[in-house]
Amino acid sequence: MKVIRSMVLVSVDETSLARGAQDVFRAFLDEIEKFGLSDQIAVTTILDPGVHGDTPLVIVYPDSAVYAPVTVADVHTIVEEHLYKGNIVPSLLAMMHELVPEIGWMRGRRGALPVQKRIVLERVGVVNPESIEDYILYDGYQALAKALTHMKPAEVISQVEKSGLQGRGGAGFPTGRKWSFVANTPGFPKYVICNADESEPGTFKDRLVLEGDPFSIIEAMTIAGYAINAHEGYIYIRGEYPLAYKRIENAVHQAEAHGLLGDHLFGTDFSFHIHPHAGAGAYICGEETALIESLEGKRGMPRARPPYPTTYGLFGKPTVVNNVETLANIPPILRNGAVWYREIGSPKSTGTKVYTILGNVNFTGAIEVPMGITIREVIDIYGKGMKNGKKLKLVQSGGSSGSIAPASLQDVPMDFDSFRNAGVSLGSGALLVCNEDTCVVDLARVILRFFRNESCGKCTPCRIGTLQLYEIVSRIAEGQGTLADLDAMVRISEAMSEVSNCGLGQTAPTALLDILKYFRAEVETHIVDHVCPTGVCTALKHSLVSAPVE
Amino acid sequence: MKTIRSLDELNQFRDEIVEEKKRQAGLGKVQLVVGMGACGIAAGALDVWKAIEQQIKAGHLMDVLLSQTGCIGLCPHEPILEVTVKDAPKVTYGRVTPEIVNRILKEHVLGGKVVEEFVVDTTPFPTI
Repeated sequence: MKVIRSMVLVSVDETSLARGAQDVFRAFLDEIEKFGLSDQIAVTTILDPGVHGDTPLVIVYPDSAVYAPVTVADVHTIVEEHLYKGNIVPSLLAMMHELVPEIGWMRGRRGALPVQKRIVLERVGVVNPESIEDYILYDGYQALAKALTHMKPAEVISQVEKSGLQGRGGAGFPTGRKWSFVANTPGFPKYVICNADESEPGTFKDRLVLEGDPFSIIEAMTIAGYAINAHEGYIYIRGEYPLAYKRIENAVHQAEAHGLLGDHLFGTDFSFHIHPHAGAGAYICGEETALIESLEGKRGMPRARPPYPTTYGLFGKPTVVNNVETLANIPPILRNGAVWYREIGSPKSTGTKVYTILGNVNFTGAIEVPMGITIREVIDIYGKGMKNGKKLKLVQSGGSSGSIAPASLQDVPMDFDSFRNAGVSLGSGALLVCNEDTCVVDLARVILRFFRNESCGKCTPCRIGTLQLYEIVSRIAEGQGTLADLDAMVRISEAMSEVSNCGLGQTAPTALLDILKYFRAEVETHIVDHVCPTGVCTALKHSLVSAPVE
Repeated sequence: MKTIRSLDELNQFRDEIVEEKKRQAGLGKVQLVVGMGACGIAAGALDVWKAIEQQIKAGHLMDVLLSQTGCIGLCPHEPILEVTVKDAPKVTYGRVTPEIVNRILKEHVLGGKVVEEFVVDTTPFPTI
């Protein structure tokens, strides 16, 4: 079997081409052939890596070494030294300041592989989740003890702010700032809510923590309670996670029995109680205001915002709502300090991110890596390549409400800022990898059917919009669509994004808009030619030319 | 049940746990850990657990510590059974069934010979 151990990317945007990128590309092929490495090294082109300085630019994977500007004369040295002998050539590396941030961060790794670094999942799969002894053995409750006995609430908040931790539920709001809002809002009592209603299709990062390390969430919530002066916390656990509920409930009981949850913790005046609460299977209850309504015993429907939960939350009181993964970062930050945390990940998006990899890759599962890894790296290193050697078509990041990144964006570092600049949202961390056999119309149909079913019906744009979009896409899939439908879909989508009451309606058309942006031709061929190029839409022809009869 | 009222008491409790773990390790017990996240259970981890329990009850296994853990993220390999014999490095078995468990217990836990054909790569992901 041919094993590609390294990959060379040559930039071929317009300026690169003008400066001889094509010759550089050919020179790489020749030199690699000369060294007899053709079987081990793939050479390919990259259209626009976002370079504005010296071009052509050459990226060598898996070391992520960026060479620029590269001339034909340099190619021999790079191939001999780097690809043949395995040493990066420092003299030819691109100057850091001449690279745009999207490429520049790669150099920051100093040619290292983006390896796993487990902070959130540190204990998951190592300890017995039903034993508080195991948790304490692995640094459990050190952070809470430190916070309660050595830090003022304001110091706890400032540590979290300094760490740069951003909410891991998808929106990426700075956690420390959220805490300080609530701490500075008058009103009592205040509440801490852990949003464990992880319903985004394909996402299961929170489940891993809830099931594998429940005590860390209990500890983190207690710390949050101390920071904002709250005495009650609620964990809203997705109804479909009975095991997570059982383990959290058990963790609460054990912590209470050991005096680590309840009144006068660690001999101080601070008291904190936690109430686990099971959801009933509604996707909308992952939206924080709908979650709060549901906790109050009402129908799970989002509130109008503002006022935000930080001022008017549970029972009308100031409330912190944090995602499970966000909370799991808190104890390590307090134990090791904000400076330690800032060194992980990329400068603007600190820390790690848990990704769940699914779809057409050889190895699915969960990983935790520093912010800034690229899609290509996730697929090649952790997904162990595309299944059956098929080509990557697109990746949907962040579940059904997430954006679609075409294969051309696979070298953009996955952190909040870079993704936002590339027009992609990082979302919750689910990475759905789709190969060339995926039909985008069918994909859109599946996604929109989900939202049609899950729309709570409170506001019109979402209730009607999700239904209309689903019907139009279904029509296209069945060969009944018109080109005017495309404009109609964009209009409906934009209206939904702008005026829907909550995140569900606002993000429901995200994937559809991305599909229309990157794969419009494929959608149009469904309409104009009645052809589904992948053959997924069975009502349509597979190809314009009918196959010869044998 | 021990109540913890200060950082000192927490550290003292932790030391006790460390001592207890050392004591158990000193006894030369074999550690068996079954991956019991929802994914592991869905793939049949409960049957694996029961099969081991049955062997323990039947008295075929002495000096074994059976424990559970969450999902380590290697979903395609579930159910996962980790076996640590004394000082030897941990061996991870994947796609374990009750039949395979009985072989592992017989050949590895009692016989001291790793059942290579069911061992999975423990470091499929590079880690720091």
